[in-house]
Amino acid sequence: MNYKFDFGAVFERAPELLWATLGTFGLAFAGMALALLIGILGVIARTSHNKIARAPVIAFVEIVRNTPFLVQIFYIYFALPLMGIRLNPTATAIIALGINGGAYAIEIIRGGVESISKGQVEAGYALGLHKADVFRLIVLKPALRAIYPSLTSQFIMLTLTTSVCTSIAAYELTSAAQRIESDTFRSFEVYFSVTGIYLVISSVMMGIFALISRRYFSYPAR
Amino acid sequence: MANSVIDQSTLISLEKVERWYGAFHALKAIDLSVRKGEKIVLCGPSGSGKSTLIRCINALETIQDGSITVEGQLLDGSSKAVDAIRREVGMVFQSFNLFPHMTVLQNCALAPMRVRGTSRADAEKLARKYLERVRILDQAEKYPAQLSGGQQQRVAIARALCMEPKVMLFDEPTSALDPEMVKEVLDTMISLARDGMTMICVTHEMGFARQVADRVIFMASGEIIEEAEPEIFFKSPKHERTKTFLGEILAHH
Ligand SMILES: Nc1ncnc2c1ncn2[C@@H]1O[C@H](COP(=O)(O)OP(=O)(O)OP(=O)(O)O)[C@@H](O)[C@H]1O
Ligand SMILES: [Mg+2]
Repeated sequence: MNYKFDFGAVFERAPELLWATLGTFGLAFAGMALALLIGILGVIARTSHNKIARAPVIAFVEIVRNTPFLVQIFYIYFALPLMGIRLNPTATAIIALGINGGAYAIEIIRGGVESISKGQVEAGYALGLHKADVFRLIVLKPALRAIYPSLTSQFIMLTLTTSVCTSIAAYELTSAAQRIESDTFRSFEVYFSVTGIYLVISSVMMGIFALISRRYFSYPAR
Repeated sequence: MANSVIDQSTLISLEKVERWYGAFHALKAIDLSVRKGEKIVLCGPSGSGKSTLIRCINALETIQDGSITVEGQLLDGSSKAVDAIRREVGMVFQSFNLFPHMTVLQNCALAPMRVRGTSRADAEKLARKYLERVRILDQAEKYPAQLSGGQQQRVAIARALCMEPKVMLFDEPTSALDPEMVKEVLDTMISLARDGMTMICVTHEMGFARQVADRVIFMASGEIIEEAEPEIFFKSPKHERTKTFLGEILAHH
């Protein structure tokens, strides 16, 4: 093999990779926040006694989980403008990530909510609390703690899925890599470096999740 | 027994209360009236409807016929009536049901703040007062999982008391406890009774019934079979089912 490794080209473009890494973090965090919001609101509707509230959530979850993310993001980017909704790549990417992650989050969080004993809920009602308070103050935190490992690994998935947003030229790491690669033809060096950066991104995320867990879910278990 | 004319001192009144689960008739024409300050012990075999009965009083279960009135407020199915009644009725469960993510103090302060709109400072003052009352103030900053069963149940009692209810419902409060912890919870309940709290207790602790009950009510198959003062109830039960039940209970204890 007489291929000469040369990371010089990659180093030269390091600032670009750094900024793109921040772009990836930005998409990931915004997507997660939206996914969490959709997840929580979705679970409220999904577990309500009202069939009219439940049905659309079930349909939403099934549609999103049974179609490819790439198609979803294209749908939002190319189909919505026909309905008069025009979004830039960043907004499109965040919405697509939020919707996709949200559908999974609904199912995960629902498992957590169902793990909370009926007794907890009844104790809340017996004290005179209303349904919304019972959910928000009594059910939510123990439910999130119960499913925290699955929810956070779903969020790591979401973070890595930001790379698919390359397809609509969103500002993130894989787009930058493609750009640098086509300028320099240093495919191996570029993707080797980017692989390393993704590993760092995932590790940072896991570190953040661990900190959040220590801060919010540190009460002793039964 | 049926008390159509509610006199001044009647706190709770059930008339012809009916509850079905599908085809299963869980409560059959229950008539019960409880005076202010009265202590009632409810007993009966498993599945006889004791829990269902007391859970109807604070609207954790709905009834299909008859009426329930608490402090003059008729449970008419409106959420306003449910709110009004739950403010006056405290409940203690077999499984404690403390909120695991809140400290003992937070468990107690939550409802006064959210339901009565009490400020945090006042709610915590109230919480300390009732934790002191059940002699567990020293554990105020701990989490439920760090307490023994008996301690948890005393916290659950304090938590209910923080809403300053007019009546307390107990659903087998000592059945989930190790034997050595039963006494501390019963002692707390006895002292509550001494202070004049109106209480309805589902329990098979017959010593407790003898000591504090004004009336013992025996239920079977969704019906009130017999009720009497403890002296009479234990010494000369009238019905065959009561005798059989008492025989079984006393053999166990
Ligand atoms: N949600 C429900 N759905 C169907 N049946 C129910 C439900 N809740 C209670 N029942 C039935 O109603 C009957 C009375 O139940 P309840 O819990 O009131 O009995 P209990 O006297 O408290 O018994 P235990 O001593 O075992 O606690 C039982 O036969 C039970 O199976
Ligand atoms: Mg019961």
